[in-house]
Parts: sequence; structure tokens; C-alpha cells
Amino acid sequence: MTDTHGTSDHEIEQLIGRLLQIGVLVAAAVVIGGGIALLAAYGHHPADFRVFTDAASPLRSLGGIAGGAARLDSRAIVQLGLVLLIATPVARVALTLVAFLIQRDRLYVAVTTLVLALLLYGLIWGKA
Amino acid sequence: MTILLFAALVALGSFGAGLLGSLTGLGGGIVVVPMLTILFHVHLKYAIGASLVSVIATSSGAAAAYVREGYTNVRIGIFLEVATTTGALGGAALAGFLPASALAILFGVVLLYTAYRSFKPRIESVTSLPPHPWANALRLNGAYPTSAGMEPYSVQGVPGGFALMFVAGVLSALLGIGSGVVKVLAMDQTMRLPFKVSTTTSNFMIGVTAAASAGVYLHRGYIQPEVALPVMLGVLGGALLGARILTIARTDWLRRLFTGVVVVLAIEMLYKGLTGAM
Repeated sequence: MTDTHGTSDHEIEQLIGRLLQIGVLVAAAVVIGGGIALLAAYGHHPADFRVFTDAASPLRSLGGIAGGAARLDSRAIVQLGLVLLIATPVARVALTLVAFLIQRDRLYVAVTTLVLALLLYGLIWGKA
Repeated sequence: MTILLFAALVALGSFGAGLLGSLTGLGGGIVVVPMLTILFHVHLKYAIGASLVSVIATSSGAAAAYVREGYTNVRIGIFLEVATTTGALGGAALAGFLPASALAILFGVVLLYTAYRSFKPRIESVTSLPPHPWANALRLNGAYPTSAGMEPYSVQGVPGGFALMFVAGVLSALLGIGSGVVKVLAMDQTMRLPFKVSTTTSNFMIGVTAAASAGVYLHRGYIQPEVALPVMLGVLGGALLGARILTIARTDWLRRLFTGVVVVLAIEMLYKGLTGAM
């Protein structure tokens, strides 16, 4: 993409830049909104994060986070914002894949698909 | 300490980390984990989760500006991301087995190395040698805009760069950092890319690498909203301000200050790791 610098390359790079900006802004807005509600609801509780709790929690799965956010649970809304942020680079790779598909660059379609598969594997199934 | 006070203090510290990290080019992620664990007694796993999230925020925020300038080599970035994401998933798998004390020692060593690199001048080693054969096969060679027009460059040491990127991915997952120091080392010294290309391409990759392990850690419960909230917003705010005032700030003095902070944190982490206090 960078070695040719055709118009479509330039346009797709602009689009990727815009996508990253929007992703970070939307994620930050959701985190701020949920964060204000979280601090209003739990701000007076004692802060103790010394011990890692391995117990199951709905905040540990995408479905649980979406469900909690739909019920306007403030902790789930913050977590949703964080998930949107984690998803932003993944969306960037997906968009890069589209760019290589348009260019019919088979080698890099394969390479980008592999990276995207590794990212989705981590994000959706949580396995490593 | 209440959650409100905790959030305010952590946001303030994270803001400072993001600001100094952006002004010195060392990245704020490297001091977030030691700050959370040493000053705020946050469990290492929560600290790593929050730090990774802040790394994604700053990388993506900065990349938006970089990508428009045309320095980023997307092919190099995506090819090396095969190594960093594989390394990150491997590191995330390994993180479950390593004791916290081992991670603290590793963290101390990486902090010391970062401080050492920050004092060594970065040497541009672009060469006119023919490119590595893999670079031709993978079409990695490129050109970047200079004042004299588009300047072509060839890519060396592809296997070595790929291997170093795997290490960068493992470290990113294990320690919750961007591993920018290792990434830039791989691209400057091993692949011999021009600075502007290696810096922006490294930044392009940092967010993707961090997203690989952050996804896994979300499912493992490392990402605690009360901890990640002030860290993400603080680091992002500091990094955005840093990018704005970069041209007027005196970075030499700041660099020494930040390096001093990194050394102190390195000693603390080593001490905690070696005495088993973590």
C-alpha cells in the first residue's frame, strides 16, 4: 500500500486514520459516561484491589457485558467502553483486509486474514 | 481509601505517565504497572489489564495522526503483526503459569533496558545494500516522503526482525506494555528502516499487539472497570496533551526525569520480585 501511493491507497489510509480516531473517541465517551455513574454509585466504597478474584463474573464475557450495559449497570457500561477500545485495532486490521481485497493482493489478503483470525480468537473465545 | 479517591489519584498519576511518555517518546505504558502495584497496591493482574487498555488508547490515538503522513509501511506492519500477535497469545498463555515474582523481575529488567536505550543515541542505519530476499518476495521495500521527494528504502534482516517481534509480543502480553523499545530496535537496527518509517509502523503495531492479549485477559477477569477507568482516561489525556505541547516542551530535561523515574521503578520491581514481596 505504501509502495504504490495510488489514490485508493491514500483514501483507504485516510479512512483507517478516521476509524481509529472515532473508535477511541466513542470508547472514551462510553467509559466517561459509565465512569461517572460508577463513581456516583460505588465511589464511597473502599478501594481494595490487592487480591485477584478468579470468580466467574458477567464482566468477563462479551455477552455478559452487553447484557449488563443494556440494563444500564454502570460497571458493565465502563467495561463495554473498554471492549470498544480493544475492538478498535481489530477493526483496523479488518479494514486493512478490505483494502488488500480491493487491490487483489492475494499474499497480503492471506497474511491479514491470519492476523485478524488470531485477534478474534483472543477477543471472542478468550483462549491463548 | 475510597474508590473515588483511588480513581482521582490513579487518574492523576496516569495523566503524568501519559504526558511524560508522549513527550519523551518512551510511551507511558511502561510506568503504569509499577505505579499501580507499588504505589496503589493493585494486584499485578489488574495492573497489567488496565495498562494494556491504556496502550491501545494511546497507540490508536497517535496512529490516526501518523497514518495520514504516509510514513507507515502497512505491509511491514501487517507481516510483523503475525509475529507480535502470535507472541502476545503465547505470552498470555504463559502468564497463567508464571509466578508474580518472576514477572516483577522480568519487568525490572525491561525497565532497566528501556532506561539504557533512552540514553543511547538512536542511530539511523539505512543502507544501500540489496534487500533481504524475503523482503522482495513479501514486497516489503518501500518509499517515504522527504523534503527531496519520495525516498526509496530497502529492508534487511527480515527473519531476525520477525523473531524480535515475536519477543516483543510475548513481553507485551506478560507485562502489559507496548514493547515499543523492542519493536523500534527490530526495525531500526535489524531491518534497517528509516526512523520515520520504523516509529510510525511500530506505533501502528502496538495497538494490534496489545489488543490480542487484552482480549484474552478480558475473559480471565484481568480487566477490572474500577482500575482500568482512571488509567485509560488519565494516560489518554496525558498523551493527547503531550502531542500538543511537544514542540514547545524541553524534552532533554524531561527525558532525564522520566529515565530517572524508570530506574527507580526498575529497582523497586527487582527488589519486590527477588524478595518475593509480589
